[in-house]
Amino acid sequence: MKILVPIKRVIDYNVKVRVKPDNSNVDLANVKMAINPFCEIAVEEAIRLKEAGVASEVVAVSIGDKSCQEQLRTALALGADRAIQIDTSENLDALNIAKLLQKVVEEEQPKLVILGKQSIDSDNNQTGQMLAALTNMPQGTFASIVKVEGDKVNVTREIDGGLQTLALNLPAIVTTDLRLNEPRYASLPNIMKAKRKPLDVKQAADFGIDLSPRSTLLKVTPPATRQAGVVVESIDELVEKLKNEAKVIS
Amino acid sequence: MSVLVYAEHDNENLKAETLKTVAAAQAMGGDITILVAGHNCQAVAEQAGKVSGVSNVLLADNAAYEHQLAENVSLLVKELAADYEHIVATALTTGKNFMPRVAALLDVAQISDIIAVESSDTFVRPIYAGNAIATVQSLDSKKVITVRTTGFDAVATDGSAEVVSIDTVTDAGTSSYVSEELTVSERPDLGAASVVISGGRGMQNGDNFKLLEGIADKLGAAIGASRAAVDAGFVPNDMQVGQTGKIVAPDLYIAVGISGAIQHLAGMKDSKVIVAINKDPEAPIFQVADYGIVADLFEALPELETKL
Repeated sequence: MKILVPIKRVIDYNVKVRVKPDNSNVDLANVKMAINPFCEIAVEEAIRLKEAGVASEVVAVSIGDKSCQEQLRTALALGADRAIQIDTSENLDALNIAKLLQKVVEEEQPKLVILGKQSIDSDNNQTGQMLAALTNMPQGTFASIVKVEGDKVNVTREIDGGLQTLALNLPAIVTTDLRLNEPRYASLPNIMKAKRKPLDVKQAADFGIDLSPRSTLLKVTPPATRQAGVVVESIDELVEKLKNEAKVIS
Repeated sequence: MSVLVYAEHDNENLKAETLKTVAAAQAMGGDITILVAGHNCQAVAEQAGKVSGVSNVLLADNAAYEHQLAENVSLLVKELAADYEHIVATALTTGKNFMPRVAALLDVAQISDIIAVESSDTFVRPIYAGNAIATVQSLDSKKVITVRTTGFDAVATDGSAEVVSIDTVTDAGTSSYVSEELTVSERPDLGAASVVISGGRGMQNGDNFKLLEGIADKLGAAIGASRAAVDAGFVPNDMQVGQTGKIVAPDLYIAVGISGAIQHLAGMKDSKVIVAINKDPEAPIFQVADYGIVADLFEALPELETKL
């Protein structure tokens, strides 16, 4: 069974992003970039399924300019077998990403596609579901347990009230939540080995898809800042202030 | 122009968040129709009929929709979509799950998690865990939108819309429900509570969350947690407040033993009043707290409970 893992290059989760002075977007110049944390969990899950003998091959794919090869090499160092970069300098929205991935799915015919549930930059939480619709596959989003059993995959999902388990016919789409697994660190020998693993580059323009944008980003502003308040000395003072100053308790 | 609002419910009760989503829909303009998709959910449709500003309620009551599986619900919404310019759902786990599927079936983009409506095609949404706010104009003729309810005030429930049953059944047949483990709690929902008290890694273990319960009972509060506390297994996932968990904006948010990572702040910084209890005076949570107290939570919590 082949598993396809689409991954995204994003700002490192420890970096606090700044808005450009002209409010055109956020400033990503000279900012540390990394594999999106949810995508890393997706790579880890695919590799674990391979180690368990469920999967035979793990293919990582990323859409972006040449710089996203860095994240594909990370996926290869973690244990993916090969990688595909779909080259574009455009910042594509989720629907267009899903359409490109649909073409990759048609070509690669994976039994399972595992994606992060959202990227920590655009916070959209869309691509997996859109890919599922376009490929007419069932979806298990926000997964915390993934179990392949015969021609089905059972996915336990983190939902508002707790956990829900669904059975999906394969091929299927899974999107990862935080507690699906804890990704490993790539060892130095594996990082070296990853450099020799195959990485194909394809041009987004060659897929024959209309990739024109579906929305216009009018402006990006910093959020309203909260002023730090006061430090109180005692619980008595806290209760007094909540009652009489903030008036949020009675 | 008209708007289709997908009702968030559990086949028995309409979730309070839907009232806020309807407020967002009103700002988009046009007649509002609520769609209730579920099974044995007539009661939900009746509640939806009372939501102010709603013209129609469509009830799709069928076993295929009992668990609101994304595959089946998205096909239903797609079939109904022709009559609406805006298709709107609440950005909770149900809406987040099926709505992008609807958008892709309609070949339009989705605008997720809006916190304000500028005009019928322009919306405001947080990006980068709320560290930047984007204003986005949709170029699609049909807009598929999920609403972050903390940005909108609930509409009233003095309406009287007619409930119309629809017999469309869309069953993709590719997925099925197996089981659910839902947290049973007497306390209000995190998303709807006017007071939330959350514990973090500083709580040290799950048993210590009992220290929050007495206070929660006195304040009628919901109990939440930071990701660190959930990852450590202290409490279940549905209690997580943050960028990728629940987004809350209660009147009072009490953060106990939570350092205040940006991912946690993203889930609660729109609260009206924030209280931080932490023994580390350098903890970033104090930078957003209206009232902070530098104290050992194991001493502060029992004292707070007795003095409330």
